[in-house]
Amino acid sequence: MLCQRCQQRPATVHFTQVIGGDKTEYHLCDQCAQEKGDLLSKAAQAFSFNSWNPFQFNQLLSGLLNMESSPGFASPPLTQLRCDHCGLPYSQFTKTGRFGCAHCYDSFEARLEPMLRRIQSNTTHTGKVPLRAGGQVKVKKELQRLRRELQQAVSLEQFEHAARLRDEIRRLEQQLED
Amino acid sequence: MSLGEFLQRATSPWMREGGPQDDIVLTSRVRIARNLEGIPFPQLETDSHANQVIERVAKALNSPAVRKLGDFELVRCSDLSALDRAVLVEKHLISRDLAEEARHGAVALRQDEVISIMVNEEDHLRIQCILPGMRVDEAWRLANTVDDALESELTWAFHERLGYLTACPTNVGTGIRASVMMHLPGLVISGQINRLLSAVSQVGLTVRGLYGEGSEAAGNLFQVSNQVTLGESEQEIIQNLTGVVLQLIDHERAARKALLQANREALEDRVCRSFGILAYARRMDSKETLQRLSDVRLGIDLGIIKGVSSRILQELLVMTQPAFLQKYFGQELSPGERDVRRAALIRERLRLDDTEVHG
Repeated sequence: MLCQRCQQRPATVHFTQVIGGDKTEYHLCDQCAQEKGDLLSKAAQAFSFNSWNPFQFNQLLSGLLNMESSPGFASPPLTQLRCDHCGLPYSQFTKTGRFGCAHCYDSFEARLEPMLRRIQSNTTHTGKVPLRAGGQVKVKKELQRLRRELQQAVSLEQFEHAARLRDEIRRLEQQLED
Repeated sequence: MSLGEFLQRATSPWMREGGPQDDIVLTSRVRIARNLEGIPFPQLETDSHANQVIERVAKALNSPAVRKLGDFELVRCSDLSALDRAVLVEKHLISRDLAEEARHGAVALRQDEVISIMVNEEDHLRIQCILPGMRVDEAWRLANTVDDALESELTWAFHERLGYLTACPTNVGTGIRASVMMHLPGLVISGQINRLLSAVSQVGLTVRGLYGEGSEAAGNLFQVSNQVTLGESEQEIIQNLTGVVLQLIDHERAARKALLQANREALEDRVCRSFGILAYARRMDSKETLQRLSDVRLGIDLGIIKGVSSRILQELLVMTQPAFLQKYFGQELSPGERDVRRAALIRERLRLDDTEVHG
């Protein structure tokens, strides 16, 4: 099948857009899908925020999310992808636009990333950090750094330094558990 | 009960106060979305999860840190009548979603109704602060304090890179939605509104009408709010919104002045006709009510109408809505009956003030 937009390249992306009950099917090549995606995300913003209609927004969100899943995409088919924590099927997220639990953000990370780029200005939080979790976040970041340093020390055969790092890592791990 | 007494009891205390720039900015509101760690989001909550969330929030509200901020009353939505829930929606204290799906929901209200906390709506908690006039910075600071106080008892779902985790990815990061409700009749009458609103949307803010009717907003009321929640700090979000709102206020003032200079008679005619209709009509639907109230409020701001409280727009905006009308008249009313009662209530409200019209 040829891309219905450019009529030149083969169609590799197939998705359905539903707006107000009107269903439109698209069969596009990668390049046209990308351009269409940009248009759609603008439309999604216009719809969701001007009329504040979550129903329409979710349908557009759904269009966007399914668009990521062109055949040959290196991940399990949509029907099988679920959050490994709460069991929410990805297909349900694309319908409602809502996650089942905090772990969904990790489970669907690969698919979420492009969407966050479209709807948010950035993909990294720069605002407030909670006092409680914030302390843990700092400890976790420090642990990551120490573990990297430990690997390096071992590979350089700096065993005394490695032993000190190991003790520090244990201490922080203990702190996290408490 | 007289209407005066009813108003005193039914409207939130903050609605009776003024605030900075309150000739143009009706309210400033900040809402923060938060979720508890380790419990599924409300969409997948079981009864027992939902109860756990309510119990933990109840405990947190009793903590010394929260008690310092005032007395909160936590009510389960299922313990409220459908009419009472609708009144809370009309007062902007809870969302329509929470009122309609009341099974798991609860709401905590501080006595002055400035702070409300919705429980088990789209997210476990939605902390909301609403203040009269242009006080979005103050509303944010207050919401932030409530957040900190609750956090002394509760652990929020937080991601190292993505920030506060929310049920919908459009809220992830700061979880903050700050909005300012503005009355912009000058910009609408002078035809500048669409140009300004499209400019506003280019700086990461969104505008919607009070009842989601796009740029042809009923009653010339517009809600300006931040669109992005991830990648900008709370302070940046608030500053950006404040900057844009202050500019809109300047434009609105300039437009009002220009309208008065260019065609005072036409403006006075419009304002006084609307006043006459509100004062004498026997049937008013909600859309016309909003339009006429907007004209009268503009007339009050410009000194064309004297002796009517400038709070009339805020008061009647809430009072003439379906649930409030039914509450005031103490009976169920069909839409047609509501139009008749609405007109009666407006006439009564106008008689509360000793009105003078200056032509």
